[in-house]
Amino acid sequence: MKYAGLLVMPAGFFLTIAALALFPDPARRLAFVLCGLAVIGMGLVVAVRGHMLPRGAERP
Amino acid sequence: MNAIPPMIPAAVATPIPVPLATMTDAAFALTLGLLLLAPMAIAGVALINTGLGRSRSAAQAMLGNLALIAVAAIVFAFVGASFAGSLGSAEIVLHLAGKDWSVLGFGAFLLHGLNAAAPQSQLAVLFEFLSVAMVVLLPWGSGADRWRLAAGCTSAAIIAGLVFPLDAHWIWAGGWLSALGTNFGVGAGFLDAGGAATVHVLGGLSALAVVWIAGPRRGKFPKEGLSTAMPGHNATYVLFGCLLALVGWLAWNTAGAILWAHAPLAALPGTAINTLMSASGALAATYSVTRFRFGKPDASLCANGWLAGLVASSACAAFTSPVESLFVGGVAGVFTPLLVEVLELALSIDDPTGAITVHGAAGLWGLIAAGFFAPQPGQLLAQLIGVAALLGFVFPLIYLLFALLNRLVPFRVDPDGERMGMDLHEIGGGAYPEFVIHRDESYR
Repeated sequence: MKYAGLLVMPAGFFLTIAALALFPDPARRLAFVLCGLAVIGMGLVVAVRGHMLPRGAERP
Repeated sequence: MNAIPPMIPAAVATPIPVPLATMTDAAFALTLGLLLLAPMAIAGVALINTGLGRSRSAAQAMLGNLALIAVAAIVFAFVGASFAGSLGSAEIVLHLAGKDWSVLGFGAFLLHGLNAAAPQSQLAVLFEFLSVAMVVLLPWGSGADRWRLAAGCTSAAIIAGLVFPLDAHWIWAGGWLSALGTNFGVGAGFLDAGGAATVHVLGGLSALAVVWIAGPRRGKFPKEGLSTAMPGHNATYVLFGCLLALVGWLAWNTAGAILWAHAPLAALPGTAINTLMSASGALAATYSVTRFRFGKPDASLCANGWLAGLVASSACAAFTSPVESLFVGGVAGVFTPLLVEVLELALSIDDPTGAITVHGAAGLWGLIAAGFFAPQPGQLLAQLIGVAALLGFVFPLIYLLFALLNRLVPFRVDPDGERMGMDLHEIGGGAYPEFVIHRDESYR
């Protein structure tokens, strides 16, 4: 979980780079960049969950 | 349908011209004077780092502040300045989609050619030295009471030798983020005159990596119930550190405005006023939020709010109005105490100084606010691309490098050392040898 999230985050970054290279139109570019940021956000959420300590009886 | 341009990268080292010396003597002298005042911000952060840790780790924390700055300065002088590329000479360029993407400087090592460089380039290198000193202090505060000094120093070397120069080149030294405007018509390129991204977001993300890798302090998150409160040992250090930081930040933001935003001298009082307005708005907001939530204002969180306002101002003080700065600081001041609470209580993140929120989150907010308030059209897109680069590329890179380093030089002190305190364990003497040491209730 920890590393999966951190591996997803660069995918979002490369989406933003692709937006720059592929779309000259500002509106499409902005939409693609926002999608890239959403992917980065999802990766961050997964990484955060992977690092959270289990509470109560679940903790070893 | 438009033909998709070729995307085959090719790495080459291309000679680039040294920036022209366009600075007047007066501007040079003023910028140098401001940069000599800017270390006050570093001193302030060092005091905050020490005051928010425990008394039994205070000497190790303050020695660590000095040691990390020393290591960072040496490594940056040896290799980092070359990769940052502010002295010109050469850079590594990828040819992608028909455009040049400058990804890393590749100048002479050991600051060779510094004395012969243009005055503006010399000031840029000095600014980068101060910036890297600030960056390495931010994770040091977050790792307080359990991060070993040796691991802190090696982490500082990694930041100063590779990660910071990469960021500095992209944003300040003609890299692809600063060229977004000329290459792709996206605003004026990524704007970061005061180092919100290069210094604070980078430091905040490094702090998050350190906290995750080193883990929380022993007893911080018990099996049952919420987290244990571990307040800082000296609120006076923390609040005085905030005052020192204000002096340094005024100098830092105005010097950055001259160097990176090419602001005229007549615009500098406005930049300084905006910095103060942002900090003031943030403090007022944090004071109100903590007063509302806890019945009384919280000194430590108010200090965090003040600093978050200063951090947010780093991104946009050069071109916002005072009222806009007040708004930017106010928003930072509202979310800072709430996010500190969420990170600790909901996400099990033990960050004694709050650097992840204060520097990371407030820096990101400042960068996005700069996109909203900058006069150029399309600036928000440029800022969002910069944020994506920081979160999507720089953060995983830092985490990977620190995780590898942790295998060679373990980050976390052994349990015995953590129990007796970092002062006795690491440097053999306490900061307050005449004080009675109280028993720590969290170890029962």
